[in-house]
Amino acid sequence: MPKPIEIRTSPHLKRALSVDRIMRNVVFALLPICAFAVFQFGLSALLLILTTTGAAIATEWFFARASGRGNTVSDWSVVITGILLALTLPPGFPLWMAAVAAFVGVALGKALFGGLGYNVMNPALVGRAFVQAAFPVAITTWTPAFAPGRFTEVIPSTFTLPFMQPIPVSEWVAGLQLDAWTGATPLAMQKFQQIEPSVTDVFTGMIAGSAGETSALLILVCGLWLAFKRMLDWRIPVAVMAGAALTALPFWLLDSSLYPSPWFVLFSGGLMLGAWFMASDMVASPVTTSGVVIYGLFIGILTVVIRLFGGLVEGVMYAILLANAAGPLISSWTQPRVYGAVKKTRETE
Amino acid sequence: MGLFSLFQRHRTFDHGIYPVEHKELTADKPIRRLPFAPELVIPLAQHKGAPAVPLVKVGQEVVRGEPIARAEGFVSVPMHAPATGVIRAIALAPSADGPKTQAIYLKVYHAASQEVLYDLDRDLDAMTPAQIVAAVQDAGLVGLGGGAFPSHVKMQPPAGKVIETVIVNGCECEPYLTCDHRIMLEQSEALIRGIKLALKATGAKRAIIGVEDNKLDAVAHLRAVIPKDLPITAEAVETKYPQGAEKMLIKSLLRKEVPVGGLPADIGVAVYNVGTLAQMGDLLPQGRGLIERVVTVSGPAVSNPGNFMVPIGTPLRFLLGQVGLAEDRVGEVILGGPMMGMAVASLDVPVTKAVSGVVALEREDPDLDRRKVYPCIKCAECLKACPVSLNPSMLGELALARQYDRMAEEFNLDQCFECGCCAYVCPSNIPLTQYFRIAKSINRDRHA
Repeated sequence: MPKPIEIRTSPHLKRALSVDRIMRNVVFALLPICAFAVFQFGLSALLLILTTTGAAIATEWFFARASGRGNTVSDWSVVITGILLALTLPPGFPLWMAAVAAFVGVALGKALFGGLGYNVMNPALVGRAFVQAAFPVAITTWTPAFAPGRFTEVIPSTFTLPFMQPIPVSEWVAGLQLDAWTGATPLAMQKFQQIEPSVTDVFTGMIAGSAGETSALLILVCGLWLAFKRMLDWRIPVAVMAGAALTALPFWLLDSSLYPSPWFVLFSGGLMLGAWFMASDMVASPVTTSGVVIYGLFIGILTVVIRLFGGLVEGVMYAILLANAAGPLISSWTQPRVYGAVKKTRETE
Repeated sequence: MGLFSLFQRHRTFDHGIYPVEHKELTADKPIRRLPFAPELVIPLAQHKGAPAVPLVKVGQEVVRGEPIARAEGFVSVPMHAPATGVIRAIALAPSADGPKTQAIYLKVYHAASQEVLYDLDRDLDAMTPAQIVAAVQDAGLVGLGGGAFPSHVKMQPPAGKVIETVIVNGCECEPYLTCDHRIMLEQSEALIRGIKLALKATGAKRAIIGVEDNKLDAVAHLRAVIPKDLPITAEAVETKYPQGAEKMLIKSLLRKEVPVGGLPADIGVAVYNVGTLAQMGDLLPQGRGLIERVVTVSGPAVSNPGNFMVPIGTPLRFLLGQVGLAEDRVGEVILGGPMMGMAVASLDVPVTKAVSGVVALEREDPDLDRRKVYPCIKCAECLKACPVSLNPSMLGELALARQYDRMAEEFNLDQCFECGCCAYVCPSNIPLTQYFRIAKSINRDRHA
């Protein structure tokens, strides 16, 4: 006997794109950046990525179960959080601290608000902001890129025992016998010593820095791929970059010996990773078209203001978190103009 | 042309979506007739406005084309017998909208010739605008694009409004549907006669036929057959859903917007579907009534899709039986197109004046799990799809919070015409359109 006909509500057609597919594609876009981080910093970077991702997944699973929301790991969004978090940390960051960052990011930054879709800020950055405050030394301890033997031995600080401060890495770095190592990232060198490293090196990633932020070129390529697949709103990274470059330009023109060039501002530190993969977080950014432009410009401007005039070397994280918080307000200011809306004239008032 | 046509884009409106069209199934199938069903079911309320009042009694024999129900007031239309036969009953019948409604059951005499023997001879050129309006109502004409609004009402704009432009809607933006495409190709003479009548009745100075650019053959054909001395043009517009929505087509062609809460008449426009005007041009010269219409029967669960001239009142079961319905595969049967059409609960529902298509979709693969609903991730796809520039994301959150008044007062819920774009694009599979339908009906009940 034939089955009865089905009844559903219109529209009866549905585009195939779904949340888990968008999230999975973001993960795919991040994989080349992860691969470069491992190539550049070796075993420690790999362990770092696995630790934050694992801890993030475990936290998500636990809270989703505890709050009766079922299995939310399968939407893949927590994997993005885990990977992004690792990419913003120094490669030799102690693993137990990284796990704490992942836990705090997912628990306080996401689960507390009700999970995917309800978080106000980017969970990865919430986690990073927490460890920045909790472990200020560890999070500014940089190790050289392309250290010999990076695939066979880990950076000593990686395996710090839980609740212990990391072993200083200076002795280990000295043992590597690298000529030019000053222990500073290009951003810090520029800020404190006014030495601006070659923009080409900064662009391609032949420098020290957080695990996944070094190669602006690679981030650009991966971000563009996602934008072409329409899984990332290109307006956000473009606005962030425009905001940052245009804010830096007048200062550089004023005194190029003291202030960095707009190119250096764009390609150094976490700006590219932040612009393409964190500011563009759909959940934490405004929904209106003009809103995302304002939001992006705000991040770019604020980043440069913090970098040039703040006590911190890098400002991307706080700029994005602040803009995230302002997101709902920006959305409500920039509601779209409805078809056929008539401006109130004196007669109609 | 050539390389240039790559960069040349036809006129269009903001936002909208590009669903797969599936029009190739029936686009080149000429309009054909099917045998008469043994019994026709003619609901008395197939149009917007007051239901018609029966003029016939049970047991009375009627001739094809004869009036069987009269209009009840100005915003109403009469019904005519779609076949020669005998009235079996006047009783409740299932309708697509859900509740059963009063209908005339007509048992068809299969031995009868089915010739329309109910004629008036009219001199169209001698008719005044008021006479045309009355004749359009007598013909039982309603918007055949799916709106089913009595056509003659739109010919009389509210006091103080002047109609300057008649827009003829040949967009047919719903996937699968091709009946208007075939009408433009096969019934262009009647269509042009209908446009002339609409111009005269409304007093408009010009008419523009808007056609989506997936039917450029229809544009070329119309341009070739429209007499040069008539103020009628045919224009291609971009193939994009919902181009065929009245407000969108007005924006595309005239760059004007119908004001919020207003009518097209407020900006001097009246919009008619091509099918409506073709019927008008066909029926009015002889004073006949609307007894049949062109219906696209298509979809993956139909083995012989096509465009058919179907008598009003033909039950879907009979119609689908004629085209070959794959009963083991059929999922939903939709009246109209799949974006805005209604899935019927029973195949005993008849074809009415508003039914432009019958689309039989296949049962969904249950393993696909594509209807798993996620929370809104604020991806803003719905904002970029909404043709009236609402904020469906926000409206959806408010609907979940049951803040229906706020939806209407702050976020223009009443401007939503349920085109379905937001729900179509939503990667979280949130049934936004359904939320808005419910919110609007709750608001209606509250403020009634």
